[in-house]
Amino acid sequence: MKKILLEMKNITKTFPGVKALDNVNLQVEEGEIHALVGENGAGKSTLMNVLSGVYPYGSYEGDIIYDGKVCQFNAIKDSEEKGIVIIHQELALIPYMTIAENMFLGNERGNKVKINWDETNVLARKYLDIVGLKESTQTLIKDIGVGKQQLVEIAKALSKDANLLILDEPTSSLNETDSRALLDLLLKLKKERNLTSIIISHKLNEVSYVADKITVIRDGSTIETLTKGVDDFSESRIIKGMVGRELSDRFPKRESHVGEVSMEVKNWNVYHPLHKDRKVVDDVNIYVRKGEVLGISGLMGAGRTELAMSIFGKSYGENISGEIYINGQKVNLNTVSSAIKHGLAYVTEDRKGNGLILSNPIKTNTTLANLEAVSSKTVIDKHKEYSVAVDYKDKLKTKCPTVEQNVGNLSGGNQQKVLLAKWMFADPEILILDEPTRGIDVGAKYEIYCIINQLVAEGKSVIMISSELPEILGMCDRIYVMNEGKMVGELDAKDATQEKIMTYILQSAGNKEENHE
Amino acid sequence: MNKNSVLGFLKKNTMIIVLIIVVAFFSWRTGGAILLPMNVSNLISQNAYVFVLATGMLLCILTGGNIDLSVGSVVCFVGAVGALLMVNYGVPVWVAIIIMICIGTLIGAFQGFWIAFVRIPPFIVTLAGMLAFRGLSNVALNGLTVSIKDKTSFVNLFGGGADCYVRDIFGGTNLNLTCLFGGILAASVLVLLQILSRSKKRASGYDLEPIWAFGAKLVALVAIILAFSYKLAQHKGIPTVFIWVLVVVIIYGYITSNTTVGRYFYAVGGNEKATKLSGIDTNKVYFLAYTNMGFLAALAGMITIARLTSAQPTYGQNYEMDAIGSCFIGGASAYGGIGTVPGVIVGAVLMGVINLGMSLMGVDANMQKVVKGAVLLAAVIFDVVSKRGGKFVVKN
Repeated sequence: MKKILLEMKNITKTFPGVKALDNVNLQVEEGEIHALVGENGAGKSTLMNVLSGVYPYGSYEGDIIYDGKVCQFNAIKDSEEKGIVIIHQELALIPYMTIAENMFLGNERGNKVKINWDETNVLARKYLDIVGLKESTQTLIKDIGVGKQQLVEIAKALSKDANLLILDEPTSSLNETDSRALLDLLLKLKKERNLTSIIISHKLNEVSYVADKITVIRDGSTIETLTKGVDDFSESRIIKGMVGRELSDRFPKRESHVGEVSMEVKNWNVYHPLHKDRKVVDDVNIYVRKGEVLGISGLMGAGRTELAMSIFGKSYGENISGEIYINGQKVNLNTVSSAIKHGLAYVTEDRKGNGLILSNPIKTNTTLANLEAVSSKTVIDKHKEYSVAVDYKDKLKTKCPTVEQNVGNLSGGNQQKVLLAKWMFADPEILILDEPTRGIDVGAKYEIYCIINQLVAEGKSVIMISSELPEILGMCDRIYVMNEGKMVGELDAKDATQEKIMTYILQSAGNKEENHE
Repeated sequence: MNKNSVLGFLKKNTMIIVLIIVVAFFSWRTGGAILLPMNVSNLISQNAYVFVLATGMLLCILTGGNIDLSVGSVVCFVGAVGALLMVNYGVPVWVAIIIMICIGTLIGAFQGFWIAFVRIPPFIVTLAGMLAFRGLSNVALNGLTVSIKDKTSFVNLFGGGADCYVRDIFGGTNLNLTCLFGGILAASVLVLLQILSRSKKRASGYDLEPIWAFGAKLVALVAIILAFSYKLAQHKGIPTVFIWVLVVVIIYGYITSNTTVGRYFYAVGGNEKATKLSGIDTNKVYFLAYTNMGFLAALAGMITIARLTSAQPTYGQNYEMDAIGSCFIGGASAYGGIGTVPGVIVGAVLMGVINLGMSLMGVDANMQKVVKGAVLLAAVIFDVVSKRGGKFVVKN
């Protein structure tokens, strides 16, 4: 048996209100490529952040044993000193600096008063050659593509004498060819330099191609570790591990009374606001009916949020084309306020960044999207506002001392309820809920499901975007599957299974050419 | 009262408590001179421009810690144009006033356009304005002083000259009765409004503060108003400029706390993206903040030339700093979204008292700047650290 390079023992990490990791164990042998797989929010990135010292020693329970020693990392610097280097999903390169400057940022060659540029460039060249990147070391990062940037990141890691490389979704923004090149590079580095890597990925075909072992994480716990050559390494086997939990009564029952079509979106195309040639939403056609919970499933980065926000008053994207019909009438929703007027509400996935004003109290957050309803001639009736906020607080069972409390002081689940209250008070007919239960505990999830059921019982339409398959299956009447900007499948709740949804996604990812009809 | 509610009270009213301590300190060091009627009256007249500018500045700061560096120059420019119009061109006073207001507002709108719609950083736009309008003031005045001493109606209206007090219609001899009655009226209206609002709050089911706290607050407010009006009554009565300040404070206090527009300022500063996604035009909010700043700078410009009965190219220097300082001392957040008009007024009064007190003590003017700088830094450190839950140094 080979030497164990890294062992993470009984790691438990809790965030306020959520247990993100629960007794996780991970063993990585020297010179192997170890894949971590699991659904969004399963805890993969949290685990890697614990390992690299982003969450310092003491903020979690359990031990990290690296190279035979127990480690206590207080910052990323500590773990890097030991040769553990993490490459994050969002690349941490500075666009207006050269490749060489980026590679040695924070690790500059030379002395305190003078950077030795010659040494910097020579060393940069050396590591770029190892990763097979032919660009000049003087090229600005902004001038090379994402694939090459990823290579620069790896070269940068190597220049820090990395023994253990952690790659978080390294291929999520790469095309097929670049992805393959990157994976081959990892295999080459393994062979030539005995480099150990941990790779987090959603793309199971890549995982089974590159990995020696696969550890499956689900709901913050390690489920199993599969070994190449010993266990079944097929995608369906991995999926089973990822989604294998039972659907018990985690979802409140509801009788569905689906009515006529309330909104229809036709030939919807959206381009990325910065990379104008990148299509984020590609010819999407969807509709939703009254009293229906419509699920949109897919992996992170599939374009679901972008689709929702572009429908909601074009609040995302450029060059948007397509048509929206509400109750059969064609409408132009060019601004958020017109979308709200037409009965749309978008409950964001990013409640802290895009949803709530954390420094303001519950009551002002509740009324913000519909201030007219509590004011006359622009003067706010504060008493009315207060009673509205109290009403919603009681209705949604928000736990807070008073509605004067700042939203920033609430737990995630209660913040989510305030956000829902805000949009329910706007009195919409169609609610788009983007990851409505992300980062909140099981009890609060159940309450939010109940609220969703109430909304559709009132004849409203709910479009639920979720990366959690059980939630989609447990709550929705009908399910769209989205991948890489396209709708790649539509399922009735009756025949939907997790495996079917995953298969739709994988097929579309595997057969890109065929999908260009 | 438990420990928490005492701490909460202290935290909520820090600056008021500091103000009381500072006043007590200076009345001790100056042998009570700072509380002489004349000095109380001067405190208002000397700092009127700060109150007006700080109110406008608060709206800018609310949108996200954005400041307007150009107000001092705009004050000077508007004053210069107004003085020239009245003196050199014989334009009637009321026409000159309208033109000054328009110029100020247009300047504000001009800067607001770049900030709001083109998204040029406010610091840059208003720095440019600061330079440009200082220069234009010099050009307009040819580097000279224009005296408006004989435009008495203008000067009196905006609180300059010897006769800048509201006339005593009751003809009191040693005591200005109008002022005293005004104080009593204001106090009674305040008490009435407070009681009405409390009963309405009870009806809508608010958690009310305990009755003793409510009573104590009312008594304190009434006492301050009465003592203040008595002091003013002992010294010629209400300065006309005080009326302007009151009007500005009441109107803007109302707008920020009771109207939808006011709410938008807080929302944009608290979280612009969330505000946008709530269907609010955030560009308009920025535009409004800076346009309004120009409008209030024009008013401050009129107050300034009236008080100094002339226009000079150097007027208004560092006014922006007084306004910005008052806002931050008064509890506005340097990141936006937090701050109130009454808070800012307390901040401005605190600055004014420190100025006046040190002048009365004969502290060197340069040392005064050092002290003011220290107070500003201390106030913001206190604000930031207390919001962080008392953690002093941020761990890297």
